[in-house]
Amino acid sequence: MKSLAELQAIRDRAKANLDLRKENPNAARVLVGMATCGIAAGARPVLNAFTEEIAKRGLTDSVTVTQTGCIGICQYEPVVEIEIPGEEKVTYVKMTPEKAVRVVNDHIVNKNVVTEYTIGANTK
Amino acid sequence: MRELSLNVMDVAQNSIRAKAKLVAITVNESDKNDCLDISIEDNGCGMTEEQVNQVVDPFFTTRTTRKVGLGIPLFKLSAEQTGGSFDIKSQVGKGTVTKASYVKSHVDMTPLGDINSTIEILIRCNPDTDFVFTHSTDNGSFTLDTRELREILGDVSLDTPDVLEWINQYLEEQTQIIFGGV
Repeated sequence: MKSLAELQAIRDRAKANLDLRKENPNAARVLVGMATCGIAAGARPVLNAFTEEIAKRGLTDSVTVTQTGCIGICQYEPVVEIEIPGEEKVTYVKMTPEKAVRVVNDHIVNKNVVTEYTIGANTK
Repeated sequence: MRELSLNVMDVAQNSIRAKAKLVAITVNESDKNDCLDISIEDNGCGMTEEQVNQVVDPFFTTRTTRKVGLGIPLFKLSAEQTGGSFDIKSQVGKGTVTKASYVKSHVDMTPLGDINSTIEILIRCNPDTDFVFTHSTDNGSFTLDTRELREILGDVSLDTPDVLEWINQYLEEQTQIIFGGV
């Protein structure tokens, strides 16, 4: 049974590295489009795949996953934008949980944009 | 939408965009009474009477990125196609209450789906908003109130990985109990 006492222990542990988490100007951001169009196209499993893969690789302190609204390209949903400080923003379209894993590994970890999933490669 | 939990996630985003500090999501289901009721209540900026009348129109939206707004119309349709009902009440400056009632056994009933995942994502992506989630069945009910968690956590954020993991497991355990599992 999950108890509030357990939560207290989590707080005490988390407090130790709180400052580390808070002030990370180099944190990369994963923005998943979660308006009606994104959700209907399957954005939730994509977001879950990103958070799972990032946790698995121990990147939770340097990458944040968050949701964003509709940017007007509903036909390309699920849309995911990757923002890495100092680099140009990359927009991935028609995402799936499998593609999400590859984007984490190739783009976020190894800094190689997965060109074939980007909007540029999918609009012709 | 393949699951009602996705409609809930969609409509809850409206509350967040309305700058709600508190969003209460309630799911009451009963096989005995053959019903499932969903309510999403927020203390956001609210809407005028005119806007409330417009939101059920798919061709109305306040967005500028596209010309249609399907969130509320889809939610309304999902309830009405089961012979249920749908209602929005709103007051400017006070907040909005959206309610959908379903006839559970109807052939056009959409499954509720993974509502816990919806709640977890809402908390993860909006750690500064408070959520109160209540789920009840014929067997009992439980509530997750992030204000209570915040009291214990102090300045440790709700989106700390260990905290989210705790929330996940809590939701899973409690859900099993209200569905009569072991």
